[in-house]
Amino acid sequence: MSTTPATSSTSRTDQGQIGSLAGVHSDSDRELPAHPAQPVMEAKDLNVFYGDFHAVHDVNLAYGRNEITAMIGPSGCGKSTVLRCLNRMNDLVAGARVEGQVMYHEQDIYAKNVDPIAVRTHIGMVFQKPNPFPKSIYDNIAYGPRVTGMKVDNMDDLVEEALRGAALWDEVKDKLKQSAYGLSGGQQQRLCIARTIATKPDLILMDEPCSALDPIATARVEDLMLQLRNDYTIIVVTHNMQQAARVSDRTAFFTARPDETTGNRTGLLVEYDLTSNIFSNPSDKRTEDYISGRFG
Amino acid sequence: MSVATTTAARTVKTTVATGKSRDRTTVSLVFLVALWFSLFFGVVVLLALIISTATKGAARFDMELLTNYTSLVSPETSGFRAGILGSLWLMLFTALFAVPLGIAAALYLEEFADSEKWWNRLIEVNLQNLAAVPSIVYGLLAVAVMALMGFSDSGTVLGGSVALALLILPVIIITTREAVRAVPREIRDGSLALGATVWQTTWKQTLPAAIPGIATGTILGLSRAIGEAAPLVIVGLAGSIRFDPEGLMSNATALPMQIYSLTSQSQEALRQAASAAIIVLLVMILGLNALAIFIRNKFQRSW
Repeated sequence: MSTTPATSSTSRTDQGQIGSLAGVHSDSDRELPAHPAQPVMEAKDLNVFYGDFHAVHDVNLAYGRNEITAMIGPSGCGKSTVLRCLNRMNDLVAGARVEGQVMYHEQDIYAKNVDPIAVRTHIGMVFQKPNPFPKSIYDNIAYGPRVTGMKVDNMDDLVEEALRGAALWDEVKDKLKQSAYGLSGGQQQRLCIARTIATKPDLILMDEPCSALDPIATARVEDLMLQLRNDYTIIVVTHNMQQAARVSDRTAFFTARPDETTGNRTGLLVEYDLTSNIFSNPSDKRTEDYISGRFG
Repeated sequence: MSVATTTAARTVKTTVATGKSRDRTTVSLVFLVALWFSLFFGVVVLLALIISTATKGAARFDMELLTNYTSLVSPETSGFRAGILGSLWLMLFTALFAVPLGIAAALYLEEFADSEKWWNRLIEVNLQNLAAVPSIVYGLLAVAVMALMGFSDSGTVLGGSVALALLILPVIIITTREAVRAVPREIRDGSLALGATVWQTTWKQTLPAAIPGIATGTILGLSRAIGEAAPLVIVGLAGSIRFDPEGLMSNATALPMQIYSLTSQSQEALRQAASAAIIVLLVMILGLNALAIFIRNKFQRSW
């Protein structure tokens, strides 16, 4: 196996030091059960269609509390589609249809009586490209609590708390009223994370959060993810296998299978296990081929 | 130097350093001249028109042109006070009527309408066609609208504004839609993912980000409206009035209306005044366009 396994010697104490750029800031001292004991979220027989196109086939996945779950796989394997189902962002895609269930604390978020807007206030999302609003840094953070009608005693405190939570406070505390567009790409992405945690979500979904960032900014975001794991459950889609190995507790490997008649590629879940197992001892040949760089 | 290097150097010399450019062949030069001529023709005709109008009206570039009313008795000191004020009043109310309606319609079509539904497609096609409808038809439409609303007075600021607002509504809708469409999907996604509703996202993110584009489109629409005479003739605006308009229901005239009525006069001094008024109108239009360009450059955002 050519890929570095998630077993590294670095411990949690390293996380505070953002300077640890070596790329090994994961830990696997954590003893995790083979399956998430009390999943926060669980996809059950999830199928996604875009019009007639069957994008994702029968995905069953349970996401554990205060864990980071990585979803990896080649392009077109449906991992981002699955992620967007978890906070009903797929509703916004014309022609998208979801079958199956997504259980969130024993509530199916696709049940008829569920308000997708309310779902999104509990399940935050960070996108591939940093997408700060064309407003000040302060207003970027305050936007979420304002639009969701959150009860806030002191907005200044909330903004500071969110920025500290995203390890951005020291860099921006003197320019809160300046435009978020003046920040670097990595700072913008951490601002987007701060903006998400300001609404106090339960879960944070991250869709390739580092793919537009340089290695140093990536390392900072990864450090931040490990810190956030103490308070949040994180589900991250990534193209970067080393990233999955570094930060995640569990890894789900997806692949795309061409339909025999139409040739359309349908995504499906191949293997889901503790990250250390996936990277050191995968049980499926396709997983092994992918993480050893033989395809994808 | 080896033989291979020398050969390669010679080949490069003969194929690259040839002393001519393939971009300068006869065909491409002929084409270039044709392009230049087309440009030249358009600009020269326009320039000739402006210069001949300006020389005809040159004698009348004085303050009386702006401050006096039109007079057949003393044509030498005749002015366009009523027309200039009338045009300004018309623009004000045209903007007040057309801008909110246009923005609302554009936001519906871009952010809320399901483009798969047949009625929304019908609206789309109609909108494209409306922008090409002759302006005089909007005059007729405005007369009908005014009659339906129970206004019997003709030639009022209200009637003219309604006609011009209908005229520029499609322009405003189309430019607003483009401005709204230029706001990246990621901004909307970011807002929605925080738990904002589509309405909050539109109102607090998409619309503010699109304002510079909307302002530019609106001003360009207004600069089209300010030069229109045909719809105003239909709604009964007078060619000459000797008082200032005082409100929505006040009778009024407009600069293009006055120009239109004076150019058919036999007295040379009045025709001179009309030429000078054309230049005044052109300056107003150029001013509006300059404002549009200023707004576009000042607030332009690259995403």
